[in-house]
Amino acid sequence: MATDLVPPPPTKAAPKAKRGAGKVPLRAALLRYRWLYLMLIPGLVYFALFKYLPMYGVTIAFQDFLPFLGYSGSPWVGFKHFQELFSGPDFGRLMFNTLFLALLHILIVFPAPIVVALLLNELRLNVLKRSVQSLIYIPHFLSWTIVASLTYLLFAADFGVLSGWMRDLLGDTAKIDYMAQEEWFRPLVILQQLWKQTGWGTIIYLAALAGVDPNLYEAARMDGAGRFRQLWHVTLPAIRPTVVVMAILSSGNLLDSGFEQIWLMTTSLNRSVADVFDTYVYYTGITQGAISYSTAVGLFKGVAGVLLIFGSNWLAKRLGQRGLF
Amino acid sequence: MPTITTTKKQAVVDHHGSLGSRVFDTLNVVVLAGLALITVLPLLYVLAGSFAGEAEISSRPFFLWPERFVTESYAYIFATDAFLRALLTTVVVTAVGMVVQVLLTFTMAYPLAKRYLPGRVLVLNLVIFTLVFSGGMIPTYLVVRDLGLLDSYWALILPLAINPFYLIIVKSFFQELPQAIEEAARIDGCNEMGVFFRIVLPLSKPIIATFSLFYAVGIWNDYMSPLLYISDPQKWTLQVLVRQLTQTDAASALSQMDRTWVPPEQGLKFAVVVIATLPILFFYPFLQKHFSKGVLIGGVKE
Repeated sequence: MATDLVPPPPTKAAPKAKRGAGKVPLRAALLRYRWLYLMLIPGLVYFALFKYLPMYGVTIAFQDFLPFLGYSGSPWVGFKHFQELFSGPDFGRLMFNTLFLALLHILIVFPAPIVVALLLNELRLNVLKRSVQSLIYIPHFLSWTIVASLTYLLFAADFGVLSGWMRDLLGDTAKIDYMAQEEWFRPLVILQQLWKQTGWGTIIYLAALAGVDPNLYEAARMDGAGRFRQLWHVTLPAIRPTVVVMAILSSGNLLDSGFEQIWLMTTSLNRSVADVFDTYVYYTGITQGAISYSTAVGLFKGVAGVLLIFGSNWLAKRLGQRGLF
Repeated sequence: MPTITTTKKQAVVDHHGSLGSRVFDTLNVVVLAGLALITVLPLLYVLAGSFAGEAEISSRPFFLWPERFVTESYAYIFATDAFLRALLTTVVVTAVGMVVQVLLTFTMAYPLAKRYLPGRVLVLNLVIFTLVFSGGMIPTYLVVRDLGLLDSYWALILPLAINPFYLIIVKSFFQELPQAIEEAARIDGCNEMGVFFRIVLPLSKPIIATFSLFYAVGIWNDYMSPLLYISDPQKWTLQVLVRQLTQTDAASALSQMDRTWVPPEQGLKFAVVVIATLPILFFYPFLQKHFSKGVLIGGVKE
């Protein structure tokens, strides 16, 4: 979700306002800017309640949380739930499923918008370019519920399109519910992600491509570069910073499989390949009521995400790229 | 062939002639047109299926035009209480939620855009931190529960009231607004709240429209919140109903139905998907007009 909107190349900072540039005593500032602070309050209350209170709430991962004893009264148990997670029978499977999906995402879903953006960029006919864009952006705005339902209508057993084709073209009357098949889970999930996000993902790269100085192409052409050489020596270096930023951002989501999508694609028959950390938290926490344990699972995922995003930012800088922060 | 090249497009034109280049261009058009087709075909199929009879759906694997045009699926679904209730719920929650979200986001973004405001950087950093780390599903669920919001429609709105990304983008937008008008209003005796409501918001109409749509789409499409916070079937939203109808037994999802009317089991699935998609497609041209701005302005980095 976090990659939906993406930090663009930093905008030019507005000139610094003159008013109150020096240090103002707190009370004077509060009085002077009382209206501004007043306007901050509803938003601050929101962030306190729904963002920072849950962050404080992760402490129950180190407790045996009992609702009637509350956050402060429940007994502390240290890393018990983490030990239970790491040594438990589910961890290996969860890690494998999550990383497998992440790997497929990096190899297939992440590069797809880059390729499509490059292709769109080579289209000469602007009308065609705009029509294609208009159509491939649509699925981004459809819910995962709709996407899952479409998948069902196309791939389910009794009347799905694929089963129908198998029947009519191959005479294969075996009714296969592809959504219930373990081996079909990952291909379908990746297909859904491609269908839903590829088009939308091109926007950020197209913006970067539009910013390339035309003189560079001119110069490359003067030097005898054909279209492919221009692509290699001008276009690709121009979008590299954008690719790096996108890679850093998505690295934070490595263990984040997308709750809604996976949950909607999980059936009782494909749990062994479908269970990932996101949905596991729901099953253990909400369905089974293991509040502290599931919070520990969520916290493990969250901390790993932070480490990954800082780690890849560091790595990008080490490799001589501009990082995200 | 243009001699003076001012844009990239023209610059490329000179290589138009070579055979390889023309082959590539043709292939490129074919590939991209195919991509566009793959994107819309499932949607068109569902639309066609929603107007087809049960027999046709089960006998023809794929079609874009029903042989016999029937509206039975829609007639049935609009005759059920469960569907009408879900539709009304979703429309109201989306409308109210959108107003709450826009109001909260814009009111908070405005002071954060004032570079001279002491404490601003601290608040901004606290906001940005929430993009990197969150308490997670269960602690958030506990907060919602402790606030007494379980099975309340507010649980579908309040936990999502401010999207930090949108907040930062709106803040950047406010920073770009010309300060002179605001100053003039202040000199005329307007306080900051007055400046905000009387000067700044009217200047921000396009961006208000943009984020209203983005927020509305977010609530309309939300499945996780109702899944977590709503257990009363009477309070189902459209997305929950879509899930229930398509991936579980359709008839049982619309339980208290007229028993004499045999439901068009498959047609219902097509129809409900169309109905849940239609508002999004209706607003899509507006979304598309504005979203590039939404994506491209603003920035986390400061």
